[in-house]
Amino acid sequence: MERAVSGLGAAAGVAVGTACPIHAIAAAEREAGSPDDERAAIANAIQAAAAELATLVAAQSGEAAEILGFQGAMLEDEALAEGAFAAIADGAAAHDAWTAALDVEIAGYLAADDPYFQARSSDLVDIRDRVLRHLFGLDEFKAEPGAVLVAEDLQPSQFLAMDWSHGGAIALGAGSPQSHVAMLARARAVPMVVGLGPAWEALSGLLAVDGDAGLVIVDPSPATLATTQRRVAARREAAGEAERRRLEPAITRDGVLVQVSINVAGLDDIAGLPVEACDGIGLTRTEFLAMSSIDDEERQFALYRALVRWAKGRPVTIRTLDAGGDKPIPGYTADNESNPFLGLRGIRLSLRHPDRFGVQLRALARAAAEGPVRIMLPMVTRQDEIDDAARLLDRAVGELRACGIAHARPQLGVMVEVPALAFAIAQIRADFLSIGSNDLTQYAAAAARDNPAVSSYADTLHPGILGLIGHVARYGSTGGRPVSLCGDAGADPRAIPALLRAGLRSLSVAPGLVAATKASIRAVDLSQEPEHGL
Amino acid sequence: MKFTPENKTTELTASVLLTNEVGLHARPSVKLTQSAKRFRARLEVATAPDGPWVDAKSPVKIMRVKAAKGETLYFRASGADAFEALDALIDLVKRRFDEE
Repeated sequence: MERAVSGLGAAAGVAVGTACPIHAIAAAEREAGSPDDERAAIANAIQAAAAELATLVAAQSGEAAEILGFQGAMLEDEALAEGAFAAIADGAAAHDAWTAALDVEIAGYLAADDPYFQARSSDLVDIRDRVLRHLFGLDEFKAEPGAVLVAEDLQPSQFLAMDWSHGGAIALGAGSPQSHVAMLARARAVPMVVGLGPAWEALSGLLAVDGDAGLVIVDPSPATLATTQRRVAARREAAGEAERRRLEPAITRDGVLVQVSINVAGLDDIAGLPVEACDGIGLTRTEFLAMSSIDDEERQFALYRALVRWAKGRPVTIRTLDAGGDKPIPGYTADNESNPFLGLRGIRLSLRHPDRFGVQLRALARAAAEGPVRIMLPMVTRQDEIDDAARLLDRAVGELRACGIAHARPQLGVMVEVPALAFAIAQIRADFLSIGSNDLTQYAAAAARDNPAVSSYADTLHPGILGLIGHVARYGSTGGRPVSLCGDAGADPRAIPALLRAGLRSLSVAPGLVAATKASIRAVDLSQEPEHGL
Repeated sequence: MKFTPENKTTELTASVLLTNEVGLHARPSVKLTQSAKRFRARLEVATAPDGPWVDAKSPVKIMRVKAAKGETLYFRASGADAFEALDALIDLVKRRFDEE
């Protein structure tokens, strides 16, 4: 008998598949035995996990096989479990000993200067959990292609472990549309519903996941199945069409050209992407780089220059260090702020560290010698912050000139994410504006996006927030200042018509979402009355 | 320093610049240890000429070194096939682990 469970849509689309439940390891329990028993238990769990990985590797090819092969090589290395065996000899339970040993290893990776090494911490998390599952006697996390992953919450590494090329979907009891898994799901077009509550535990058998409506349908009727299959097919066709037209400009039905740029955090994000697919880089996040190179002008310059060369004359917008808030940098951001989101962050912090800020500004001015670099200041509230940054930029340019180093003075713009700045936009002097819709939305709605209990309030389509965006678009463009939007809303098919109607003509989105964003723009007719009141 | 009887006579060292983009990262580490395991010799690697040395057959220990692009890798080997082993490892690093 068909029944529907409702939650929040986190990634659009529909899919039908068999439920594959994943139970959280944190909730698992086991009783510890003697040190001999515990030693045997962990050895057996490691061996079983290694055998499981070996089977997986054999079934994969290319990059996936190499990633799993790395995990297997680590797991087979006795050095990995040395600490755990020592703790067990001292009387620790196998699961505690293993978790503690792996957490030390994981912390070591996270502390690395190099982002490549940092990123490997997720492999160690996978290894840790795979062994723990065997230790606790939990079902192996093994989803058939096309399955619906059903869980309380899902780790990014679990998402990445699944082969999504044969369909599939995600249904979560908790979770958030703003989680990393949700971003991955949207980028790969995997339908996802979150916030189902305790009902997730009862999901079994055949499920239809409707990421558009935020519904999970259990035991769908033949009629529901037929409708869903039609929607899957239509979506696949539309996605194929969007992909074929990825390199073409995005023009609305009534002939309005909309610029589509990309948001990046490093060179990995543009690897293999033809520059012709976009109108430049609308946002470069530099926090990842800064963690390791905050004082390293050459390394920063090398990255910025590589981006400029890739862009072949298209504008490259680079945001200065946006640390603080949810992005702490040890030794740089303030410790123990009572409310870090409203604290010393972004440009506020950069201006407190003029020497380190100067390193970044010099690297940016040097990269500008090779193409149009635009510097974007995050978290600006007042004009004097822009003026202070401009003076520091002048000083950086002066230093480069004095040393005879090739440079150019980049344009200096602001990210509009503080509501007070958005309201004051008509009086603000900056070379360009880019709306950071994520923070603007959560500040204006007074609701955190990563708190499932209130995240539905943080809706960019709230008329008040759309009003703010329209205000910035209208008054921002007076005097010929370009206005763009670089938050998640820019690639949200539900938000795109409203953003264009609010006056925006430039969006910056994740590289993987360029094709779909352009397709959404092409479907809008600005000369017609909006559907659904948008 | 402790020497086993077998390697008392042969302790070989060599060094090579790490030039592949990601350093001694996941795949390169696995390739290095796989190559090292083909030899009977005791093989160790370090990022400084005086150590600390880690077992070149242990991917876990090699990953802990976090050797980045531009660093010099020092190898030392002892045992029957130490020379061939060093040769193979140096060659692998010079070939950038066949990745680029």
